[in-house]
Amino acid sequence: MTTTERPVPRLVDQFELGLDAPICLTWELTYACNLSCVHCLSSSGKRDPRELSTEQCKDIIDELERMQVFYVNIGGGEPTVRPDFWELVDYATAHHVGVKFSTNGVRINQEVAAKLAASDYVDVQISLDGATAEVNDAVRGPGSFAMAIRALENLAAAGFKDAKISVVATRHNVDQLDEFKALADQYGATLRITRLRPSGRGADVWDELHPTPAQQVQLYDWLVARGERVLTGDSFFHLSGLGEPGALAGLNLCGAGRVVCLIDPVGDVYACPFAIHDKFLAGNILSSNGFQDVWQNSTLFRELREPQSAGACSGCGHYDACRGGCMAAKFFTGLPLDGPDPECVQGYGEPALARERDKPKSSVDHSRSGKRKTPSGPVPLTLLSVPPKKFCNESPV
Amino acid sequence: MTAPAANAVAFDPGLGWRLHHQVSVRPEPFGALLYHFGTRKLSFLKNRTIVDVVKSLDEQPDAIAALRAAGIGDQQQAPYLHALGVLVKSNMLVCKETQ
Repeated sequence: MTTTERPVPRLVDQFELGLDAPICLTWELTYACNLSCVHCLSSSGKRDPRELSTEQCKDIIDELERMQVFYVNIGGGEPTVRPDFWELVDYATAHHVGVKFSTNGVRINQEVAAKLAASDYVDVQISLDGATAEVNDAVRGPGSFAMAIRALENLAAAGFKDAKISVVATRHNVDQLDEFKALADQYGATLRITRLRPSGRGADVWDELHPTPAQQVQLYDWLVARGERVLTGDSFFHLSGLGEPGALAGLNLCGAGRVVCLIDPVGDVYACPFAIHDKFLAGNILSSNGFQDVWQNSTLFRELREPQSAGACSGCGHYDACRGGCMAAKFFTGLPLDGPDPECVQGYGEPALARERDKPKSSVDHSRSGKRKTPSGPVPLTLLSVPPKKFCNESPV
Repeated sequence: MTAPAANAVAFDPGLGWRLHHQVSVRPEPFGALLYHFGTRKLSFLKNRTIVDVVKSLDEQPDAIAALRAAGIGDQQQAPYLHALGVLVKSNMLVCKETQ
């Protein structure tokens, strides 16, 4: 934005050195979820008994306010199933920490929609991975399309402006980008498209679900041509080598541990939301001196803020554009971190994927056991006739 | 939710300006981050001098006076005026006289 007499390092270079506080912080409030999406990046399902209490969450919000973290992206699990969810949202906004929360829509009834419409500091992001029930429900589960649409209808009817529709791009929905845009326009919403990561349960389905190389080009071209008002969470920087520098909006940088991070439901801090694995665990808020201490002093984050080696990519002319791609995508597909992204636009990922690979499994898994139930009707709610055997084994809804 | 699109305000450095009341400034080693809670827009101030200028706007009669007070000579003003103009356009700064 500004210039001076002396040349200033590019912002992206500044950001790679890390900031005093994250620009954007993802906070997963619970591992509990009423759905069991096949690609869930946090392997959510059951609540973790160690999840942070209301008071512990408020202490973190106080700290975020002191650090001037302007807003948090709240997710899960399904965050709205926490009984204190709205209390925490109100507490955050009252303490100058804006909230954007991701939901499958389960709790966005007319009453909640009206309350949300009255707030200036809350953004709502409804997850939808197909523009039709058929495509969406195959990934997110039976009834989930109807649930999301109902939430969007309630928000629009309440006068909530500019909800976000959040889409993870897969092999089965890349052809629906125009339809997603039309859906967003219909509800006065903004479309957000992000990359499918092989994180959490996503590791199990990534091979079948991730867009083909031809689809990556299709996606890139669509974003360049029609994506001016489409958000991407800056997640397609691995595709920036497909065109002119700067054609894709955003910083084109992996912000893990530098400008972003994740706080998980038990207070563990990871480098990014797609990296729930011991290798990317920076520390725990409860056992450290709070979040600021982890952010500023953890060994892992300090390492990530050092200049990174281009490794096998050092001879590639696109390295400046893609910076070797996404760390989590490489790690969870079993590729070396200092080599090409599995979806490298130069095609270097494919031979690497074809070789023998050891895919690291995260020790953090809250998936409910057993298969997802087949569709039983439009209302995904059953009354218990007997108490659940284990408290956490039931859907929290 | 999102504030209505800012009216296209022309930046007149001869007028008084101040930060929009929904804008927060966070100091960083390189300068500062600005966040507008109304428009949800993030901006960057890329050096400490422009941070000083922006922070002092409220107590200065006009933008030119703020630049001079920050020790920016008349010959060096152009990039700073440009930066302030960008902030006005994105509704980060509002005119004291018309608000």
